[in-house]
Amino acid sequence: MAVSKLQRAQTRLAYLLVLPATFLILLIYIIPIIFVFLGSLTDYTLVSDYYEFVGLENYRQMFGDKVFANALNNTFFYAVLFLPGAFIISLVIAIAIQEQKQFRSVLEVLYFLPVTSTLAAMALVWAALMDSGQGVINNTFQLFGLPRVNWFGNEDVVLYSLAIISLWSIIGFNMVLFLAGLTSIPKNLYEAAALDGADHPLDKFFRVTWPMLGPTAMFVAVTSSITAFKLFDTVAILTQGGPDRASEVFLYLAFLEGFEYFNMGYSAALSLFFLGIIFLFALIQALFSDRNVHY
Amino acid sequence: MAQLNLKNIKKSFGDTPVLHDISLDVNDGEFVSLVGQSGCGKSTLLRIIAGLEHPDSGDILIDGQSMLDAAPKDRNIAMVFQDYALYPHMSVGENMAMPLVMASLPLYARLPIMRSITPASRRAQPQIRAGVETVAKQLRIDHLLDRKPAQLSGGQRQRVALGRALVRDPQVFLMDEPLSNLDAKLRVQVRAEITELHAKSGLTFVYVTHDQVEAMTMSSRVALLQTGHLLQVGTPNDLFSDPANLDVAQFIGSPEINIIAGESHAGQVSIGPTQLPIDLGATGPVQIGIRPETILVRNADGLVASHAPEHGHAVTFKKRLVEDLGPEFLIHGAFAHDPEGVIRIRAQKSDAYSNAGVFAQSETLDVVLNPRQLLFFGADGQPLRPVATAAKQVETA
Amino acid sequence: MAEISQTPTPTAAHWLDRAKPKSVGRVVTSLLLFLGAWIMVFPFIWMISSSMKPTDEVYDADFSIIPKTFKGFENYYGVIFEQPYLIFLMNSMIVCVGILVIQLLTAILAAYALAKLKFRGSTILFGTVIAAITIPINVTSIPLYIGLVRVGLLDTYFAMMFPFIVSVFAIFLFRQFFRGFPDSIIQAARVDGFSEIEIILRLILPSAVPAIAAFSVFSFVAHWNDLYWPLIVVQSQDKMTATLSMMQYQSAFDTDYGRTYASATVVTAPMVIAFLFARRLFIRGITMTGVKG
Repeated sequence: MAVSKLQRAQTRLAYLLVLPATFLILLIYIIPIIFVFLGSLTDYTLVSDYYEFVGLENYRQMFGDKVFANALNNTFFYAVLFLPGAFIISLVIAIAIQEQKQFRSVLEVLYFLPVTSTLAAMALVWAALMDSGQGVINNTFQLFGLPRVNWFGNEDVVLYSLAIISLWSIIGFNMVLFLAGLTSIPKNLYEAAALDGADHPLDKFFRVTWPMLGPTAMFVAVTSSITAFKLFDTVAILTQGGPDRASEVFLYLAFLEGFEYFNMGYSAALSLFFLGIIFLFALIQALFSDRNVHY
Repeated sequence: MAQLNLKNIKKSFGDTPVLHDISLDVNDGEFVSLVGQSGCGKSTLLRIIAGLEHPDSGDILIDGQSMLDAAPKDRNIAMVFQDYALYPHMSVGENMAMPLVMASLPLYARLPIMRSITPASRRAQPQIRAGVETVAKQLRIDHLLDRKPAQLSGGQRQRVALGRALVRDPQVFLMDEPLSNLDAKLRVQVRAEITELHAKSGLTFVYVTHDQVEAMTMSSRVALLQTGHLLQVGTPNDLFSDPANLDVAQFIGSPEINIIAGESHAGQVSIGPTQLPIDLGATGPVQIGIRPETILVRNADGLVASHAPEHGHAVTFKKRLVEDLGPEFLIHGAFAHDPEGVIRIRAQKSDAYSNAGVFAQSETLDVVLNPRQLLFFGADGQPLRPVATAAKQVETA
Repeated sequence: MAEISQTPTPTAAHWLDRAKPKSVGRVVTSLLLFLGAWIMVFPFIWMISSSMKPTDEVYDADFSIIPKTFKGFENYYGVIFEQPYLIFLMNSMIVCVGILVIQLLTAILAAYALAKLKFRGSTILFGTVIAAITIPINVTSIPLYIGLVRVGLLDTYFAMMFPFIVSVFAIFLFRQFFRGFPDSIIQAARVDGFSEIEIILRLILPSAVPAIAAFSVFSFVAHWNDLYWPLIVVQSQDKMTATLSMMQYQSAFDTDYGRTYASATVVTAPMVIAFLFARRLFIRGITMTGVKG
C-alpha cells in the first residue's frame, strides 16, 4: 500500500520538529563524548597544539597515581559519612512530619529551604558558623564543655565538615521524596495491620511502611550516591581540596587536572571513570526499580 | 458467638456530623446489613465497630463488654475491606498468616532477622502454617498460597481477604462493600458464598453495602441509613412492604417505587378520576407508592400480563416505551390523568404477552391497581395506614 | 432506649493516633522536629542577621540575632550600588532565562514528534535521549570547553548557556507527558482542519502546563545555583553570575564581613523568595528529577 500524502507530510514535519534537538544533542552530547574518549588516549594539553596518542597510558597513570587514589579515598570516605545520614535522617524526619497534623506544611517548608538556596553562598555562611575561632558552632560547643574543633583546618575533620554541610543541603530534598512515598501507601493497609494485630510502631514500620517504601528508598539511595560523587561546590569555595589534599574529592581533582593544569588527556580519562560510576548507579537503579512494584 | 450493641453512637468529622445518635443491636449469629447511599455514614459506623474510628460519644458493646477503648485487634472482630487491603509485598500465605504471627509471637521475634532466628518464631511456625492451610482449603485457595496478590484475579483476592479475616477465628465479621470491585457475574456467585459462609460459621456478620439487592438477599435484618440517621431496622420484607417512611420506600425496590399524588377524603382515596375505597382516617393530599411489579396490565382483548390480583381498580395508562427484559417487560409511561408523570410497570410475561408487539396495538393500556399493595404517605413522608382495609370488588371506570 | 448523652471521654491509651489526644510522645516529636527545623533555618537567620552588622560584630563572641549596631542599609547599599551585584544578578537572569527558553522550544517540538508522530529513527533518537540523561556536564566539560576556546567564544553568554540549551531530560519528561494526551482528540483536531503546529500550540501546550511549569522551576533553580560551568567559562567580572561571584570571597575580596553576607543574601534571596511564594511548584519541580541542581 502506498504511503498516503498526509502521512508523508507528517513524517516530514516530524523530522523538522526533532531537527533542532537532534542537532544540539549531537553537538553537546555525542561529539563531546567521542572526543572525551579519544582525548583520554592522548597526552593533549591546551597549552600546546602538539599531542600524540599514548594508548591507555592515561589510565595506567590514573590507577598508579597516589593523588587519584587519595581523591577516590576521600570521595568514598565522604560518601560513607554522608549517605547513612542523608538516608536515615531524611526518612525519620519524613515519618515524623507525616504524622504531624497542624505543622506539616510549615515544617516541610523549613526543611526544604536549604534545597532551594544557593549552596555557593550558603557555603560562606557555613564557613563562618564553623569558624575555628569565633564561629557560632564552636562557641556553642564551648558552652556545653565540648572541645573547639578546627572544622576546615584539620585534615581529619574537614570531610566531616563538608558532609555536615551537604547533609544540611540534601535532607529536605530526600525528605520530600520519602514523604511522597509515604503518602502513596494506602491508608487501609495500616488499618488492616491494626486489625491483624500489627499496631506497634515497629510492626507498622517493618510490615507495611518499609516494604511499601521499597522503590522510593532505592531511588533516594541511588540519587544520594550520585550526589555524593558530585561533591564540588563546597570544596571549590571553602577548602580548594585542602588542607594537604585532605578534601580533594574526585570531581574537584578532575576539575583541577583539566582546567587548572590543562592536562586535558588525563582529565578526559578521569571524566570517563566518573561516567562509568554514574552508569553503574543508573544500572543498579534500573535493575532494582522493577522488583518492588506492586499491583 | 457474640452479640453486638451500639449505643447512641455520634460522630462528626470537623463540623460535619456523619452519625446522629445511632443505636443498633445485632444478635448473636445474625447477618445485619448497613445499607444506604454513599455518604450516609454506613462505612463510618462499621469503622467505629472495628475500632478504626473513635465515636464522639456512645458505646460499642461486644458480648456486653464495652469496646470503646479496646484496640481493633482486641475486639475479636475481623474485617474485609472494600479493596481488600492485602499486603502487596507478601504472598497469599503470608497475608493470611499475619494475624496469627502477630498473636503468637512476642514483639522481638517479629522484627526482621529475628523472625528467622528466634526459637519462639520457629516453634510457632507449624501451628501458623496449619491454621493458614485449614482456612485456605476451606476457601479453595490453598493452591494460591505462594502467589502475590498482584498475580490473582479479583475474585481470588476477595477470597484471600476473607481468608485473612477467617484465620483469626473472630466473633464478629465486618465487611465493607466486599463485592463492589467484582464484575456482575462474580458478584452473584460470591454473594451466595458469603451467605453460605455465614450459615456455616454461625458468626455475627455486619455487612456494609450501597446495593439494596445485596442487602435484601443476604441479610437476616437490614439497617437503612440516610445522612447519618438510622431510618429503619428490620427484616428485608419489613422494609419492602412496611417501610417506615417514604425515603425507605424509595430506597428499597428496583426499579424505584412509583410515587403519585392523590387525595384522601371521607374514606376514599382518589387517583385522578379513580376512587379507591380506602379509609386513611385523614383528609388532604397524600402520596401513593405503587411498586412497579404490583401493577396489572390488560389490553383490549382482555389479555393479561403479570400476576393478576383478585381485585383492583382500573386506571388508564399512556405508555411511552416498552423494554423487553427477557422474562418481563419494563413499561414506561404515565397515568392518563397526569400525562407529565413518570410511571414504571414491571409486567411479567405470560403466554399472551410474550413479545413487545402486543403493546403496539394502542397508545393506552388499562392497568389495574391492587389497593392492598399500595403504600400511602402523608405530606411529611410518614406512612398512613388504612383504617379498615375495605377490599371491594373491581370497579371498572 | 434511654438517652445517654455521653461527653467524649479522653482515652489515654487508645491505639489510634488520630483519635488520641496529644500524648507526651507527640509533643516531644513536635519539639524535636522544630529543633531540627531551627538548625536547618539557622544559617539563613545568621546570614541575614550578619548582613546587617558592622564587620567587627559579625564574629562577636556573644552572638545576637538583632544587630547591636545596625549597618543593614550601608551594607546592602554597598553590595547593590558600589559592587557590581546588579550586573551579576542580571547575568544570572540572562543565562537562566536564555537557557530555559531554548530548552523549552527544542524540547517541546522534539517531544511532540517522539510522542505522537511516526518517523524512522524515532526509537534511536529516544534511546539516545535516555542514555544522554545520565551524562552530567562534568563529563563533557573538557571538549565543550576546548570547542568554545577554538571558536573564540569563551567568556560570553553563549558559552555560559551552550551546554544546557538542549535538555534531554525535558525531552524525556515532555514526551512521557504528551503520550498521555488522547490520540482521539488529536485526530478529531486534524479532521477539523488543525495543522500540527496548531495542535501543539492550542491542544498539547495548554494541557502540559503543569509539566512545563515544574520543569521550568527545576531548570531555573539548577542553573541559577550552578557553580561548575560558570567557573570554567567565565573569565571577566562583567560576565560573572551571582553564584560564581561567591568564589571571590575565598580570597580576601572583601574584608567587610557584614557586606560579604549582604552579598550572600542577595545571591540566594531570589530562589528562596520564589520558593516561599510557589512552594508546591518548587517542591514538585525540584524533586521530579531526582537530580539535584
